[in-house]
Amino acid sequence: MATKELKPKAKEAIPVKVERVRPGRVFLPAVDIYETPQSLVLVADMPGVSGEGVTLDLKENVLTISGRITPPPEGETLLVQEYEVGDFHREFQVGELIDQDKIEATMKDGVLTLILPKAEKAIPRRIEVKAA
Amino acid sequence: MSPLFDFDPFREMEQLQRRMDRLFQTLWGEPPLWRAGVYPLVNISETKDHVFVRAELPGVKPENLEITLKNQNLVIRGERQITSEGEEVNYHRRERESGYFRRVVRLPVPVDSNQVEATMKDGILTVTLAKPEEVKPRQIQVKSA
Repeated sequence: MATKELKPKAKEAIPVKVERVRPGRVFLPAVDIYETPQSLVLVADMPGVSGEGVTLDLKENVLTISGRITPPPEGETLLVQEYEVGDFHREFQVGELIDQDKIEATMKDGVLTLILPKAEKAIPRRIEVKAA
Repeated sequence: MSPLFDFDPFREMEQLQRRMDRLFQTLWGEPPLWRAGVYPLVNISETKDHVFVRAELPGVKPENLEITLKNQNLVIRGERQITSEGEEVNYHRRERESGYFRRVVRLPVPVDSNQVEATMKDGILTVTLAKPEEVKPRQIQVKSA
């Protein structure tokens, strides 16, 4: 049971490095990244992005996640705008060795969950301390 | 209610705020961001027949949402739950937040309280409200005399 009241946060737009084909602003998704002994898990909030809108890339230890939103229906006149609408993009430097073939991604209710299994070499091993 | 006493200070404030936003938009061309300071933030749009209230609620399940409409006030209440991982887990980043929310959104136009529909898709809540006949724009035929 959550007891905290949620506070609104303005979405953070990313500085544009490369000119985009699609107009509009791009935002940084809020993420949780945690590590289990076997894998690295990334959870990102990307409201408005469906499973087809997600692009993932892991190259030279840089993990890139992009989310393309389903554009809101046309022909509506905006009366009140409190939040901005746009695509999502974020990059992370991944320190761990990842088994690229076993990456699992799921998109549900606007939340992307990415499971990056660690490569055999990177799984921590308990080191036995022997009494001499 | 007599029109003489149909004064709602909150509505007056909101209208003033919206007018200010529009003024800023005309001057600087930036989209006006109207800060209510209450979660969730909403965007309100309209067509000839409907009013749409949208909010970004990623990861919120429909069963954890409660939407009520009274007069021109739309109340959005709910809870965003984030399952906590086990003991073994170590966090690198934790930016996503869980918690409850309750917000009243004053609708800018009157709506028909019998025709309301709310849907959740990809973490976006859309509340579709129908405008009553009286407020729908009507085309007036100009007859030649």
